[in-house]
Amino acid sequence: MKTVEEIKTAIEAAVPGAGVEIVLNPSVCGQQSLRLAPESALAVATFLRNDAEFRLDYLSNVTGIDWPDCLEAVYHLYSVALKQGPLVIRMRTVNRTDQVELPSLTPVWRSAEFQEREIFDLFGIVFTGHPDLRRILMWDGFKDHPMRRDYVEPDDFEYEPTAHDEVLKRAQEHRSRE
Amino acid sequence: MLGEGILKGLAETAKNFAGSFVSAERLTTVQYPEERIAPIEATRDFPFLVYDGADWEAGLRCVACQICEKECPPKCIYIEKSTDKKPDFTGKPQFYPARFDIDISVCMSCQICVEVCPFEAIKMDTEFELSTEDRFAGLLFDRKQLAKPNEHYRKIHPAEAAAVDARLAAEKAKAGARAKAASDAAAAKAAARPAEGGD
Amino acid sequence: MAVADNKTEKLEGWNRPPVMEPEGEGELLEVATGPHHPSTHGVFRMDVALDGERVIRLKPVFGYLHRNHEMLAEGMSYLGSMPFTDRLDYICSLTNNWAYALAVEKLTGQEVPERAEYLRVILGELTRFQNHASSIGFLIQEMGASGTPLMYAFREREKILDLFEALTGARMMVNYMRFGGCRVDASAAWLDAARKVVAGLPGFVDEMDRLLSTNEILMARTQGIGILRPELAVNAGVTGPMLRASGVNYDIRKVDGYGIYNRFNFRVPLGDHWDVYDRYMIRLLEMRESIKILEQALKDIPAGPVMDPKAKLRGFRPKPGEAYGRIEAPKGELGFYLISDGGPNPYRYRVRPPSLINLTVLEDMALGENVADVVLIFGSVDIVLGEVDR
Repeated sequence: MKTVEEIKTAIEAAVPGAGVEIVLNPSVCGQQSLRLAPESALAVATFLRNDAEFRLDYLSNVTGIDWPDCLEAVYHLYSVALKQGPLVIRMRTVNRTDQVELPSLTPVWRSAEFQEREIFDLFGIVFTGHPDLRRILMWDGFKDHPMRRDYVEPDDFEYEPTAHDEVLKRAQEHRSRE
Repeated sequence: MLGEGILKGLAETAKNFAGSFVSAERLTTVQYPEERIAPIEATRDFPFLVYDGADWEAGLRCVACQICEKECPPKCIYIEKSTDKKPDFTGKPQFYPARFDIDISVCMSCQICVEVCPFEAIKMDTEFELSTEDRFAGLLFDRKQLAKPNEHYRKIHPAEAAAVDARLAAEKAKAGARAKAASDAAAAKAAARPAEGGD
Repeated sequence: MAVADNKTEKLEGWNRPPVMEPEGEGELLEVATGPHHPSTHGVFRMDVALDGERVIRLKPVFGYLHRNHEMLAEGMSYLGSMPFTDRLDYICSLTNNWAYALAVEKLTGQEVPERAEYLRVILGELTRFQNHASSIGFLIQEMGASGTPLMYAFREREKILDLFEALTGARMMVNYMRFGGCRVDASAAWLDAARKVVAGLPGFVDEMDRLLSTNEILMARTQGIGILRPELAVNAGVTGPMLRASGVNYDIRKVDGYGIYNRFNFRVPLGDHWDVYDRYMIRLLEMRESIKILEQALKDIPAGPVMDPKAKLRGFRPKPGEAYGRIEAPKGELGFYLISDGGPNPYRYRVRPPSLINLTVLEDMALGENVADVVLIFGSVDIVLGEVDR
């Protein structure tokens, strides 16, 4: 598999104006990633899937990440036809509050369907172009997004005999309120 | 012939059925609780605290270092350190737990507490018939319920207990040798000083 | 250049399952299959819309077992998450442990001693064997065989679980792999017991084969049902025996060669007809290949340590970075994506669940089939809800 620099050059040659930048990964495993601009992500994804040299036809994993200032979606791509991979591509939203849209890559790889729904459910990234974007793990009427770091759990303590730290504080508050 | 596959399958079932009357391997059901399977040595269920000797309070190995409390994944251990110290098996004064609660309705028997304990104080028991009518306080084990003698540990995990006993005996011997060397040096110095002071 | 949107012809095909036209008159009958259902492998619901007996629409609904494992792991040390990975695919806890240990070892560059690698392979293949045996047993039970093949499979599974208990201390929730090896070493007595169990396994696979493979009822109910085209399987991210039953040669043990799988001689069975019968047959054949690997590993296992003595148990803080480690779990590709910020807890911990992603194509396979076959198709996907919902 080519290095990320060569892949970046190939993408920029095929999809002009595609904002691609390399994100270095300090870990020893050497899995570097490419950050895509959301506007051209769908075109880049189609190129990566169809191009004869890459044939990245298998989207293995879609992850949502909650950074302090924005949300991110990370895609791990492999090629079943050419037995190569992984290529990691990422997209960032503008902020965490009102501009949380990203283009959905489900039209390119069907395996993103459930995983993007999960990221919408648990993080709150709205994927435009997703055929059926609704909650998948939480029930439909649920508000809020549980995997975000500022998520506050509901107050439902029953019995906490061995409470520690955070849980101890909230259990004491709960008991004092009863 | 139509039905040949079904007949072949029925032959297998018949072999198992008829075989269950003659061969022990085909009759695999154990009529629990009248019959029981011999327990496997390494099996683990819920933790217990080990004490040496006859008095569970004096011989308790736990020194309330709270490492198991910190490492427990579901946070089911609750320890309160004592304010005074008592001597441990090498004679050194150590803290002990004034409170040591394990909520076994939360404990998931992962045995990480045993792995990280530096004092061989907490080990895994093999008791699993622990059902009670009180699902809150009946499943919260305190210090007294958790303390079991070293003989119990030797009975349920003989090989492991033998290794632990050997390790602790070696440590005690080393501590004893160090103490003896220190006291010999102090005695030699005390013997030398009056000779000097007399001059 | 104009950005391609999903109205473009060549992208549409993967996006949605085909729209079925009802043939009868009147309204569609909407049945909620589950979540309390003996055949749904756990708490899982399928909202099917029926035209008579034909399935017009099928929507899977899950989340009943969602425990937010990923957020728990963000608040726990790396070692503390290991017992929770047991509870993802709760039937195959050793392979879950292995995938997590592999991801952390990739993140830190930790080396694993050779004996530990052999032990991992032995336990991983034993896990795969008992998973495939149970999966076949459950599939046949859903066909109405009232549990006889299932109980035969469980009889063998008991022997394997006894081995796990003797080595790790627990039958299912083993918490055995560590970052840099395995928790305890296997004694010579255990290896002999393992060899004895493995010697009895080929007889069991032959017994299941004779009992089931040429059974006319089984063939009539599973052949031609639930067809999954290979291009759709790859695009939908399907992995594991389901992908190989659709004829795609992709086994991560051969592709990535993680651990020491390159040393073992085994084949990868592929399916020709892409239906439920092929998925059953693939699992049977993979059981035979697992036995081959087990025999080789049990013969060649070297002496040595099972844990790198310098590996830290407490206070483990990997350097900042990220890694994605994946293995061929019995259900498919199980991957862990870890982002470390240098602290004792991971910043982001993601489980790539094979069961969830294999369910993407459930609707495509079930459309147009009879409602009685939906349970069979679902059983051939072989999911575990602990993994789907985490």
